[in-house]
Amino acid sequence: MALIEPHISFAGPAEQPPTDTAPKRLVVDAENISLTFETADGKVDALSNVSLKVGEGEFVSFIGPSGCGKTTMLRVIADLQQPTSGSLRVNGMSAEAARLARSYGYVFQAPALFPWRSIEKNLKLPLEIMGFSEAEQQQRAEHYLSLVNLTGFERKFPWQLSGGMQQRVSIARALSFDPALLLMDEPFGALDEIVRDHLNEQLLQLWRTMGKTVLFVTHSIPEAVFLSSRIVVMSPRPGRIIDIIDCNFPPDRSLEIRETPEFLKIAQRVRNGLRAGHSYDE
Amino acid sequence: MTSSSLALAPSSARTLARHPLVERYAPILTTVLALVAIWYIAAVAMNWTLVKDSFEREETPYTVSDILAGTMDAERPLLPAPHQIAENFFDSVFGYPPLAPRSLVYHSLVTLSATLLGFVLGAIFGIVLALMIVHSRVLERSLLPWIICSQMVPILALAPIFIVVLGAIGLQGLLPKAIISAYLCFFPIAIGMVKGFTSPDPLQIELMRTWSATPRQVLWKLRWPAAVPFLFASLKVAITISLIGAIVAELPTGAEAGIGARLLAGSYYGQTVQLWSALVASAVLSWGLISIISLIERGVNRGMGAR
Amino acid sequence: MDPRKFRLGLLFAVAAITLAFVAPLAHGEPMLLLRPGRWQAATGAGVLFALAAWFADWRGLAPGLAGAIIAAAVSLLLLRDPAIAGSAAAGFWAIVVTAWLAAAMCVTHLASLRTIRKQRKRMINIAVPLLFGATIFYLWEVAVRGFGVPPVLLPSPSAAASRFLSSLPTLAADFNQTFIRGVLIGYAIGCGAGLLVAILAHRFEFLGRGLLPLGNFFSALPLVGIAPIMVMWFGFDWPSKAAVVALVTFFPMLVNAIAGLSAAGHIERDLLRSYAASHRQSLTKLYLPAALPFIFNALKINATLALIGAIVAEFFGTPTQGIGFRISTEAGRMALDMVWAEIALAALAGMAFYGFVTLAERATTFWHPSYRT
Repeated sequence: MALIEPHISFAGPAEQPPTDTAPKRLVVDAENISLTFETADGKVDALSNVSLKVGEGEFVSFIGPSGCGKTTMLRVIADLQQPTSGSLRVNGMSAEAARLARSYGYVFQAPALFPWRSIEKNLKLPLEIMGFSEAEQQQRAEHYLSLVNLTGFERKFPWQLSGGMQQRVSIARALSFDPALLLMDEPFGALDEIVRDHLNEQLLQLWRTMGKTVLFVTHSIPEAVFLSSRIVVMSPRPGRIIDIIDCNFPPDRSLEIRETPEFLKIAQRVRNGLRAGHSYDE
Repeated sequence: MTSSSLALAPSSARTLARHPLVERYAPILTTVLALVAIWYIAAVAMNWTLVKDSFEREETPYTVSDILAGTMDAERPLLPAPHQIAENFFDSVFGYPPLAPRSLVYHSLVTLSATLLGFVLGAIFGIVLALMIVHSRVLERSLLPWIICSQMVPILALAPIFIVVLGAIGLQGLLPKAIISAYLCFFPIAIGMVKGFTSPDPLQIELMRTWSATPRQVLWKLRWPAAVPFLFASLKVAITISLIGAIVAELPTGAEAGIGARLLAGSYYGQTVQLWSALVASAVLSWGLISIISLIERGVNRGMGAR
Repeated sequence: MDPRKFRLGLLFAVAAITLAFVAPLAHGEPMLLLRPGRWQAATGAGVLFALAAWFADWRGLAPGLAGAIIAAAVSLLLLRDPAIAGSAAAGFWAIVVTAWLAAAMCVTHLASLRTIRKQRKRMINIAVPLLFGATIFYLWEVAVRGFGVPPVLLPSPSAAASRFLSSLPTLAADFNQTFIRGVLIGYAIGCGAGLLVAILAHRFEFLGRGLLPLGNFFSALPLVGIAPIMVMWFGFDWPSKAAVVALVTFFPMLVNAIAGLSAAGHIERDLLRSYAASHRQSLTKLYLPAALPFIFNALKINATLALIGAIVAEFFGTPTQGIGFRISTEAGRMALDMVWAEIALAALAGMAFYGFVTLAERATTFWHPSYRT
């Protein structure tokens, strides 16, 4: 039972909520990002004038149906795809410079662990590429593996772990080189609900202890409302932002909060946003 | 990234480069042209000393351009120029009546007949053996390991014995060559078809069981259709091996007709260009046979609903 | 296997061995009873068969096989007699039929056993083909010696084996010439070059799109025909054979390696891009390991192709040694037992080579799903 009433602001898309802390450093500053590509059936506007500012330490979720551009937006921020117009600054630099400076860790929908490497070696993969020393690699691998509660599995191979455990390794790997930003593209989508709940709790705990900025793409309304400090509701055709919702649940929240009326109110607002964006239409 | 309009209004050159037909064939054409160019350079380089020496022997005055021209037209070159081979090839194919002993068509037909006969025999035996293995657990466990082992044995090396032994019994000409070809292609077809007949998902076989299907019905309605891709893949491998077998079978007894015989003759008498023509002929045969099988495969696949 | 069929087969075996006591072993030869040791052994075999028939299940395997081995031994011992070899009659063949029938029954029964225990399953999977092969060899031996087939036509396995053992120096020299020098060197060059060009083709997409169709085209050609040209360029000795092998192994490796290098998934590629990995780092950490199953597929195909290529290349001309050389010259001389010995050598070399590559494959691609059924 929460002791503090969650502070919910019904601010619209363009306003920043009143905060009582000093203005945070902007980790992502996107302005009028558009991405159009040609297909056999004509032009598709994957993103249309999307603007977003993300401060340090925030947990921002992107939610919307397939094709609304949430994954595309994440990939644009990660410099895995280039926008056709608009300006973007990640961590104070261009997206490409941010990528070359290894400013973010990316977690995909699938664990993407290399089956020929043990768990330990998988964790060391980014560290090898980025030129960390052997001692440093070993230390970080052990540390981040313990953070996701998988100590003891160093010598195992990915196929010997369950899907949920593999995804935890993937998260640890994304954190191992201490990036400023963590980008997660539906990381729990392929897991069953019970594992998903468990991992939601673990992710929240990680975020609290490490204080990283997280951009999180999801299909699931409860997951978005549970995890985020801000929710960006998107809709397709063209891909654009419908609503940005602040939610400030207490940091030590547990899964029980999902049944509280405040939670349900925010979830309803998300759903309304999705409906307004014709996400539920055929 | 600063804002820049990477507008989608391409220049005409870019449109041409992006045209699907150009994109598809440009790399191949470029590579082929590059290879031909390298061939010409290599021909000049390799035939240089040969031509130079022959000029010196004949004590005729020569210039560099004479040698250059000579390398393109040598009688017994180390590496004939592409146009020399093309010329000889066309002469051998179109210059003589098809069944004359000097016509390349005649030799190709001789080899082709052995190839096809061997291929058909090998295919039939291979498929029959595969059917037997799939339906008998005993045969699967006792015979299949030996068949797999035989893949590792250089069976082509057996060609000479076969010819000699069969010759001793009195079989000569087409039949021993066909038997060797059949023997060579029967193994890959048998293994390929075993894989094909056992490829259906166990779920589908169980489904047939729920309908009380007899083994024969399962064979015709499930196993055969599932095995079709494997059939064509192994037929392509088999026809290539069959052709190689027919060619190699012509070597030990110094046969007088067939592509293998032409290769042998070319190498004995130093007729390099003739040798290369024979190689081109075998390449044409091989490519032609595989194309025919591919065409049939495409037709069958279309009949079975593939896109 | 149906116990009744098992029992019936073994009873037939008993009947056959009884026949051996009654029918003549060869034309004008005394009966089995007059040969000491032989007839006791034959009786023993018969008793074992009866015992096996009585059990009619897996317990009958041991006595059945033991009886088959004894009967086979009796027949082979009888063949030592010059009066029998070459003109064997019904009595002798009855013993052969006994041995074969009992062995066949046991092999069939063994093959139809269903066990769940992995260890036992593996033992059966090895035992069945071995017994089957042993039976075939046995039948070959008695058929050749019993019918008196001229050795020029088809030597018996024992003759071929003895020729093998007595010609070891020649075989070793041939092996060295063909395999060590021709095959191994050509294989290394061909596969290495194929892999290098594939890596280049992967790096420069234009090159890849041009080379792949060409590679497919050349893979299908009878490249062994290039042997006489290689002889012209490199001389009669092993370099020309190595050149043929290199050419023959180049294209399958090229095609398979190109396919393997593009086998890495999109997500893994994006992952490395997010790490800003250099092309060389991506190659060593992702593309090459992911391509290993394909590369080994090509290595296995090439193992056989290389050996065939070297031997066939020798048919076109070679100095005084080499497996292909020996086969063609000895075949011309009708010394077929030497030919079979050389073929056995080539077979052993081929299987050992292939087995070696398979072991290397298992060690390096243990992680591939195909090993995890």
